[in-house]
Amino acid sequence: MEILMCIVAGLLFAAAVYLMLSKSLLRIIIGTGLLSHGTHLMLLTMGGLKTGAVPVLGENAASYTDPIPQALILTAIVISFGVTAVFLVIAYRAYQELGTDNMDQMRGMETDD
Amino acid sequence: MSLLHWAILAPFIMAVFVPFLRKKAASIHTGWFVLILPVVLFSTFLQYFPVTMNNGSVSETAAWIPSLGIDFTAYVDGLSLLFVLLITGIGALVVLYSIFYLSKTKESLHHFYVYLLMFMGAMLGVVLSDNVITLYMFWEFTSISSFLLIAYWYDRDRSRYGALKSMLITVFGGLMMLGGFLVLSIMGNTFSIRELAAQAPELNDHPLFLLAMILVLLGAFTKSAQFPFYIWLPDAMEAPTPVSAYLHSATMVKAGIYLVARFSPIFAFSGYWFWIVGAVGLFTMAWASFNAVKQTDLKGILAFSTVSQLGLIMSLLGIGAASLHFDALDDNIYTAAVIAAVFHLINHATFKGSLFMVVGIIDHETGTRDIRKLGGLMSLMPITFTLSVIGAFSMAGLPPFNGFLSKEMFLLSMIQLMELNLFNVESWALLFPVLAWVGSVFTFIYSMMIVFKVFTGKFQPEKLDKKPHEAPLGMLISPIVLALLVVVFGLFPNLLSYSLIQPAAAAIVPSIIPPGEQLYVNIYFWHGITPELLMTIGVIIVGLLLYKWLPKWMGVYDYFPGKVTLNHFYNASLYAAERGSNSITNAYMTGFIRSYLVYIFAFFIAALGFTMWAKEAFTFDASAAAPINFYEVALVLVLIAATLTILFAKSRLTSIISLGAVGYTVSLFFVIFRAPDLALTQLVIETVSTALFLLCFYHLPKLSRHEERRRFQVGNAIIAAGVGMIVTLIGISAHSSKFFDSINAYYIENTYTKAGGENMVNVILVDFRGFDTLFEIAVLSVAALGIYGLIKLRLEKGGETNENE
Repeated sequence: MEILMCIVAGLLFAAAVYLMLSKSLLRIIIGTGLLSHGTHLMLLTMGGLKTGAVPVLGENAASYTDPIPQALILTAIVISFGVTAVFLVIAYRAYQELGTDNMDQMRGMETDD
Repeated sequence: MSLLHWAILAPFIMAVFVPFLRKKAASIHTGWFVLILPVVLFSTFLQYFPVTMNNGSVSETAAWIPSLGIDFTAYVDGLSLLFVLLITGIGALVVLYSIFYLSKTKESLHHFYVYLLMFMGAMLGVVLSDNVITLYMFWEFTSISSFLLIAYWYDRDRSRYGALKSMLITVFGGLMMLGGFLVLSIMGNTFSIRELAAQAPELNDHPLFLLAMILVLLGAFTKSAQFPFYIWLPDAMEAPTPVSAYLHSATMVKAGIYLVARFSPIFAFSGYWFWIVGAVGLFTMAWASFNAVKQTDLKGILAFSTVSQLGLIMSLLGIGAASLHFDALDDNIYTAAVIAAVFHLINHATFKGSLFMVVGIIDHETGTRDIRKLGGLMSLMPITFTLSVIGAFSMAGLPPFNGFLSKEMFLLSMIQLMELNLFNVESWALLFPVLAWVGSVFTFIYSMMIVFKVFTGKFQPEKLDKKPHEAPLGMLISPIVLALLVVVFGLFPNLLSYSLIQPAAAAIVPSIIPPGEQLYVNIYFWHGITPELLMTIGVIIVGLLLYKWLPKWMGVYDYFPGKVTLNHFYNASLYAAERGSNSITNAYMTGFIRSYLVYIFAFFIAALGFTMWAKEAFTFDASAAAPINFYEVALVLVLIAATLTILFAKSRLTSIISLGAVGYTVSLFFVIFRAPDLALTQLVIETVSTALFLLCFYHLPKLSRHEERRRFQVGNAIIAAGVGMIVTLIGISAHSSKFFDSINAYYIENTYTKAGGENMVNVILVDFRGFDTLFEIAVLSVAALGIYGLIKLRLEKGGETNENE
């Protein structure tokens, strides 16, 4: 399962990088979203999958899954949401001000002072 | 920390207070306060005379960086003391002179004196350091303060150009020297110069010996303006004249001489040292004196003459190295070269210092330093004229001044070289006295120019900005003192013999002096009709003839095309460096975000891929992996399908919805992998993000993709595949090689007992790592503020900000 998840995460990374290298601003933002999904899956995989019960003491299980990657990922989800939101608003405003979402056309515009 | 350390640091401490003095006591010229320091230091250091006169030394150590073996060791011997007295003595005279030279009201005196004090302290540090690292540190301090002082009138282009040039060249040399010091310290396993000198015979056979020597010499040659590095010194003349007199003639440029003298005990046994130091010095001497004659600016003449005289001292030190190959002290004729070097060092400081001050007076009183505009000032400025005659005649090597004595000794040393049968000198021996003689002839010519072009000839008041008159007494005191020394040392040279010259020379060639004995120093005028006297007479006759016919042969200088000069080379290489770096930067800073991401990802692939390959880090071990069941395979397929849809979707809406599908699949994975908190959070966040995307979609243009060139698409695909591959490989390797157990046991044990909670993930977030969560909230609020600002703030055309509702 871990091997499979590593491949899936790699796939998400590849797709994300491909999108981020494109010209359209929205595709770049979608790319960052995919990148964070890939990272989360990878982090979770690194902690070992299905090694025990849900990390809640009330379960009274013999073993629990690793809570540390989960705590990390929880933080990461929220932060990546914040980043996505800021990116989106920037895209929105950039389009409003400049009339394009093409990165090449945005380069070196007069209004960027 | 001893008295010696405080003496070195005193100028720096004083420099801190100078701005306050300037502010609080503005009615008194700041120089009067500063003057106290060099006078006190000078008299403090006089007490070391009894020690050094018997070739003794004093050493005080204060720990600085003990863990690296770097101590702040102050060390006084004959050589150090000579330099210290020059630095503080000339320093006092220069400060006194500057009080009258620099206007109290017009100039920013506090800057001037801060830099000057910084220089004084740095210079004391250079000559008193026994540790090569502290020596280097103070050495660079002198370069920096010299830079600041040359650029003192920073609104002039020439000043800034000169400052930059001196900085680039001397700091380049300084860095080379540091390299040399490090090589030396590796060879000898110590930073102490004395300890290195003690191992000189072993170091001499070390394979790195030559490298260390060349690096150290680069430092010395750049600082002492030797060929081909001398080009910075003429441009450094843009500094105020007191600075030129102090830094660029009497002290700082002699730091290179000091370095060569100080490291002679380590390097001088080698034939390379003899050749490099001797030949470079002598060539510099002849070349610079030849070039001095064509200058029209008085300070330009003095600059080239300084280069030439430094070359003279340098060559004497190089030739003096031959003395190490003879045992007997009594008939060791080459020690005379070392003695001549030390003697000329003192003489040069006196006559060149006074000449610079004289030129400063002429500049101050007439408004120009151009010898084509000056003339006939003898009757108007009689005292200045007398001073310049003393200084210039001494420089030309005329009796009865001190320059005559040391010049004779210099010529004698060059002649004696013909008897040397070491280092393959024989075939070249004749060249040494010939070059020395030619250099002396030109020295004679430019010395005469300084006196007679300015003070005799036709008075041209219409070309001068001011009406010339004699300088005020205060300005004359310092040059008078120096000129008096020129005469006194000329008439009674043996005042110096055993007080200063012998101890300094002994420190340069310590190995040939048996314990309890001293070098024999006896300087006197009349040796009978000797070859060197005949050479001097020849210099005077030929020099006078050439001076008389000067206009007839000045055309010689036109044969040197401007394109091949060192200055042209310096300017061209500076220009090329600027242009080159500019075009390189422009080549990769394209302004396209794609380019930057490509660099980052390419580096990611290369660095991680290479590391994995080089360290053979890839491992594959699926034995610990969890089993795969049907649901998971289904979810993986859904995830892949959604991802591919994003990649190939034609419309924007499809890609946004597919991104949502990926997010929800990930949250289902969280459910399967026993992470209920994550699954819940992911569901909520994914919903909100998709909504946000759709909101944005509403505002953005319909067209989803911009047509890209095929080449770019293929390139992007390769990079993307590379990144994905590396991530997968690293993930598999990390999973397959677990070197230690997870630290999660701690949390499982303590979640309830220490934090009173049962949900471990929650407890980690809000308790164990509570601050992380706090900052996470802070990040979110910053993001929220940013979003609010971006939506609300409107930048009107014209750059004014206001808010639109």
